[in-house]
Amino acid sequence: MATISLDAVSRWYGNVVAVNGITMTIGPGVTGLLGPNGAGKSTLIALMSGFLSPSAGSVTLDGTPIWRNTEVYRTIGLVPEREISFGYLTGHQFVIANAELHGLPDPGAAAQRALEIVDMVEPAARRIGTYSKGMRQRVKLASALVHDPGVLLLDEPFNGVDPRQRLHLMALLQRFGAEGRTVLFSSHILEEVEQVARQIEVVVSGRHAASGDFGEIRRLMTDRPVQYVVVSSDDRRLASALIAEPSVVAVSLRPVVAGRGGVDVSVSDLGGFAHRLPRVSHDAGVRLIELSPTDESLESVFAYLVGR
Amino acid sequence: MTLNATILRLSAQALLGRRRGLVLALIPAVVVALAIVVRALTESGTGYEIVNAVGFTLALPLVALLAASAVLGPEVDDGSIVYLIAKPVPRRVVALSKYAVAWLATMALGAVPLFLAGLILQADAPSKALAWAVGGAVAGTTYAALFLALAALTRHAVVAGLLFVLLWEGLLGGLLSGIKWLAIGAWGREIASAVSSAVDDPGTGLTYAVLASLVVTAFSLWFAGDRLRSFTLRGDE
Repeated sequence: MATISLDAVSRWYGNVVAVNGITMTIGPGVTGLLGPNGAGKSTLIALMSGFLSPSAGSVTLDGTPIWRNTEVYRTIGLVPEREISFGYLTGHQFVIANAELHGLPDPGAAAQRALEIVDMVEPAARRIGTYSKGMRQRVKLASALVHDPGVLLLDEPFNGVDPRQRLHLMALLQRFGAEGRTVLFSSHILEEVEQVARQIEVVVSGRHAASGDFGEIRRLMTDRPVQYVVVSSDDRRLASALIAEPSVVAVSLRPVVAGRGGVDVSVSDLGGFAHRLPRVSHDAGVRLIELSPTDESLESVFAYLVGR
Repeated sequence: MTLNATILRLSAQALLGRRRGLVLALIPAVVVALAIVVRALTESGTGYEIVNAVGFTLALPLVALLAASAVLGPEVDDGSIVYLIAKPVPRRVVALSKYAVAWLATMALGAVPLFLAGLILQADAPSKALAWAVGGAVAGTTYAALFLALAALTRHAVVAGLLFVLLWEGLLGGLLSGIKWLAIGAWGREIASAVSSAVDDPGTGLTYAVLASLVVTAFSLWFAGDRLRSFTLRGDE
């Protein structure tokens, strides 16, 4: 059972802060590292895998500092987002080389076992240069698995992988988690993370925005107020009627431009609002012209979690 | 401190398995071919300056530069070296193993051709040919170490190395004699002149030339290892 701990970790480049005061513990089982692009996920994985020194705080594996400590790689297997550029090797040669570098007693058998796990035994005789994205991803995984590591770190492992292979990879990660390994993978897609991970850590703009099991995170994300803009025949009258609704938490009038204004509505209970809006406007004698959400992007979901 | 057989093998494959391997073999081929042509057209001993001007001053550092940057440069530039160094192998061993491959290539394709070209041009002066080969071996050892350190430091290692060879040692070294104190080629020539008096003595003194070569080689290898120990994975974000 291996545990990676981050204690008040910050990392900055000059005066740009990439990771800001993050404390988290990654233990056995599958953990998803969720955040929009540029949130600092890759920076965190680099810190956890000994490829970046923390500017402040400590990153440890079972109490041992990871930076500048090559012994941690006996426990850690890393699948970087970076492509393998060893196109002149076959998959088999590449995985064997990894086994040898780990000093395993029987590199051939270890490579064979790892290739079997990722279902790459047959294509392993071909050069990596001829592989599809999904195959390269699986060979990367095999090279990280070859020494049977207690910790597996994967940076955006599902990026560019076709749906069938994605399912296969997801099943593999779940299996490793069930075996008691500490598995951490990053993704910017909530649905992807939900399917594999029990535990989710959310990072936004270098900050630790949320932590919990996926149900908790899902609730946080769906319960947030949702923004709509409603355009009607009489915006002011509609706004005064809407604010009386329990599902509405805020309204504001948009400036009228070219005879067209609108009401910005902040809604806490989406179902209730959708049900009540036609009735409220009808009762107020206002005709609805347009209703549209203004912030359905994942970034706005994340921004809400940070501002919470 | 040992070498790692796997790193040696992969580095050799990286060196020979790409187009760079061809260019690398082409350089000494040109030197030797030039010597054969000159010898065929002239008398023995004529045009011996080829060994110094083309072989020692140009081909040798170019071979060292190409070899040293080929074993490390691409992997550092595109970050794929993480696959090799996320392993319980001391990074100094990785750096040293890569150096061993670059060094062997520099000896075989940079220093040995000096001996061959010298013999071809003047068969009755083997000690002069040997002197250039010994001086070339020492200079090649130092060049390869310096260029490996450059490859570990910057992705513009080839440009920086070329500037060092052509501008600093070549152009400025020819104009300002003081540059010999900071020129790997001059140290190699000094050592060659100690082996055979037929080689012009740049005048740094043998002790200085040997010590300076040793210090630059040792520091460069330490530096390359240290850079690998601190290798940082930059995210795409």
